This record gives sequence, structure tokens and C-alpha cells, in this order.
Amino acid sequence: MIHISVRHSPIDIAAEMTRAEAAGAGAVATFTGLVRADDGVGTLELEHYPGATEAALLKVAEGAIERWGLSAAIIVHRVGPMQPGERIVFVAATAAHRGAALEACAYLIDRLKTDAPFWKRETRGAEASWVEARDGDHTAAARWDQPQS
Amino acid sequence: MATIRMVYFAWVRERIGTGEEMVEPPASVATVADLVDWLAETSAGHAEAFENRSRLRAAVDQEFVPLDTPIGRAQEIAIFPPVTGG
Repeated sequence: MIHISVRHSPIDIAAEMTRAEAAGAGAVATFTGLVRADDGVGTLELEHYPGATEAALLKVAEGAIERWGLSAAIIVHRVGPMQPGERIVFVAATAAHRGAALEACAYLIDRLKTDAPFWKRETRGAEASWVEARDGDHTAAARWDQPQS
Repeated sequence: MATIRMVYFAWVRERIGTGEEMVEPPASVATVADLVDWLAETSAGHAEAFENRSRLRAAVDQEFVPLDTPIGRAQEIAIFPPVTGG
């Protein structure tokens, strides 16, 4: 089961967990990303490429399902304006055992960061600036390119 | 020459001043990089947006591609900064 959602409304973790657990497996691993308030950020705005975003997320989810034999992969991402503390992204991987679920969960969020067309704009007071991509994100995503041991 | 729908995001969109435009490049424009070079000549905003090619990423018909990719019969080409989601 794959569930992809790109949405303006808040992420309901309970509803997503219910969806993950309904896939019927022994383990669910999840990651939740929150808007950080560091450096005085007042508002974070997420822009995306409608259509291409959903296709990219679907590809990431399919990659995880194929590699770890998951029974479910869930990716929910907010777009539009958000305040510090709000959930920006939620991913879940459902598998028979914890090893596959935990690894697949890391894969989902690492790949999402480099493969999906989202752009963050931070507002501090009256100043707005686009967030720069981080080299560390590519290092994190690239580790999944290594052949499986 | 076929018409291509250009779409722009984030600071590329802001510098160009629009998120979308229809263009008809000359036959000499073979790759996405050629298209960027050609578009950079069309306005000060385009020139500013495309000033540093290493900071640009592209998608042809919603597939992410390197800038040296041939345009072929593309209907929609997107130019944007490195992504920062998650």
C-alpha cells in the first residue's frame, strides 16, 4: 500500500498511524519533521511543482517498497505557509520486522529531501529568504546508492 | 519550431517575474542548457535568474534531468534551484 499526500492542511499523525497499522505488519517506523524556530524564523513557506512532486514521492515510496518488501509506505508533506512547531513532513514504513521498517523509514526521508521538488522560504521579521540546499542532504541520500550488503 | 511551456520555481520564478511562459526557441537550441542561454538574452530578469548555471536544476516533461539533456519534443520544461524539502 502506498499513500502520498501533498497538502495545505495540518498533518494528522493519528490518522496516518491508523493507515500504517491497517497495512497489517509487525513493525511501523515513522519520521516527523517540524518547522524549526531557530534564528528567529517566523514563517516557513513551502513551494512545490504540482504533479511532478506527487510523481517524485511515488517513485521514492515504490523504491522503498521494492527494496525492503514493505507492506506500506506513507509520505505526507505540507505546502504553503507554516509556523514554527508545525509538522512539515511525515513518513512511515510498515514491514514484518523492525530492521526493514527502520531502514526504509530513513530511506524515505533521505530520498524525499533530494528527489522531490519542494522549496523552502523563511521569513524573519520583514525579511524573506530562500533556504539553500545542504550538501549533507546529498550525502545522506547517496548512502542508499551503495550496493546492498 | 514547437512551442514549449516554461515553468519556474522559487528564486528563479521571482527573478524572472513569472512562474510560467510559452516560448518558441530557434532550431539552434538543442539542449536545456542551450535553452537557458537563449532565455538569458530575453530579459534582465532571465539573465539574473540564470546567472549561475551551477545553481540551476531542470525537469523535462516533469522528469528531473541534467542541463545537457536534449530538448527533443518536450512540451514542458522547468528550471529551478536545488530542492529543499523535508
